Amino acid sequence: MQFHFDESAPLYQQIAAQLEEMIFSGAFPEGSQVPSTTQLSTELHINPATVLKGMNVLVDKDLIEKRRGRGMFVTAGAQEKIMQTRKESFYKDYVKSLVLEAHKLGITKQHLLELIERGENDGTVNN
Amino acid sequence: MEQLTISHVSKKYGRQVILEDLNCQLAPGKIYGLLGRNGAGKSTLLNIITGRIFPTNGTVALDKLGTNDQDRVLGQFYLMSESNLYPKRTTIQRMFDLADGSYGHFDYQNANRLLKAFGIDAKIQLSKLSTGLQTAAKLVVALNVNANYVFLDEPTLGLDANHRELFYKELVKSYQEKPRTFVLSTHLIDEIQQLVEHVLILADHHLIEDADVETLLDRAYTVTGPANLVDQYVAGLRVLSADQLGTVKTAYVFDQLDDQRVIPDQVKVGHYDLQKLFIGLTNGGSENE
Repeated sequence: MQFHFDESAPLYQQIAAQLEEMIFSGAFPEGSQVPSTTQLSTELHINPATVLKGMNVLVDKDLIEKRRGRGMFVTAGAQEKIMQTRKESFYKDYVKSLVLEAHKLGITKQHLLELIERGENDGTVNN
Repeated sequence: MEQLTISHVSKKYGRQVILEDLNCQLAPGKIYGLLGRNGAGKSTLLNIITGRIFPTNGTVALDKLGTNDQDRVLGQFYLMSESNLYPKRTTIQRMFDLADGSYGHFDYQNANRLLKAFGIDAKIQLSKLSTGLQTAAKLVVALNVNANYVFLDEPTLGLDANHRELFYKELVKSYQEKPRTFVLSTHLIDEIQQLVEHVLILADHHLIEDADVETLLDRAYTVTGPANLVDQYVAGLRVLSADQLGTVKTAYVFDQLDDQRVIPDQVKVGHYDLQKLFIGLTNGGSENE
C-alpha cells in the first residue's frame, strides 16, 4: 500500500481519493476490511482527526461501512459506484482537457480522432 | 479534561520584550504545532505555561484554576525541553521513577519497549548519551508520563531520520491510545505538517496565527503566469512573497481568492505548504533578536 501526498488538495481529500483508488483497483475487494484509522495514522504519521475525516468521505459515499467492534469494510457494489461516478466525470476530467490541449497544439479534430483510434489499437488499452 | 487558557501573558526581561499580551486557548486532546523563528519566544511561552518561569503579566489557567498556585494543575502539565533539570548522574531508570513519583502511573512497560527501540540501556546515565540519544531518552519519558498536557520543546533535536520517524509513529500511537494534548515546538515544519491539527505561530512577540492547518492552507495559493497577468489577478489580495524568472511570476497569496475574478488562461493557481507559508509570514521580524 503506497500513499503519496502533495499540496494539490487538503490532506483528508487526498487520503479519501487514494483509498477510493485502491477500492476501485481491487486492492481492497468488496467485503474486505480497510486499514483502521489507527493503523493509517500511525503508519503515515498523520493526525488521526485528518484520517478519520478522509474515511468519513468514503462512508458518506457509501463505499465503506463501519461494522461495530470490527472496523471498516468495503461495501457491496462499491466498485460499481466508483465506476459510475468516474464515468460521469470522464467528460469533464479527461475529454475537455484533451480537446483543450489539442487545440493549443493546433491538432485538428480529424487528427485528434485518428490519434484516439491509434491509442485504441496500440495495445495501451487492455480490454 | 479541562481547557487551557492563556490570557494577556507578557514577559519582559528588563526592557527587552519577549512576549506581549498573548492570548490563546489549548483544547484537551489535540496535537498542536508551536512555530516561530529562533528567538521568537517559543521556549519562554512553554516555560511560562508549565510554571517554570513567571510571566511579567497575565495568567495561565486550566478552566478556572490558575497554574501558578495550584499543584494539582501543574501535575497535568509536562514539559520536555533541551535543558536538563536532572541531577548529574541521573540514570534513565531514575528519570522514569522521578516521572512516576511526580505524576503517578508512569507507563514503565511501554517506556522500556520504546527505550529498546531507540537502542538505549535503562541503566545508563543521561549525561553519558549523545545529544540525539538524550533527546530520545527524554521523549521516552514524555510519551509515558501521566499528564494531560505534554509540551515538547524541540523534540527532534539531534535525532537522526530513523529516530525521528520512530518518534512520530510512537507519538501518534500514544495519542490514539490515550488522547491528550501535545504541543510540539519545532523547526522541522515539513515533518509535522500532517501530524498537527492546529498551529500557533509566534512572531514579533505576538501570536500572528492561531488556526487549524487545514484552514490556513485553504488560503495559501500560488498564482503563476506572465507577470502582468499575475499582478492583475492578485491586486488587492495579501501576497506574502513572489518569485520571478524572466517574465514568469509566481505570487504566494495568503488570502481567500475572489470567485468573481476570472482566472486568465495563461495563469495557473495551485497550493503551497505550511513551511512556505511560515517563511512568508515570518520573514523579517525576529531575525535580529
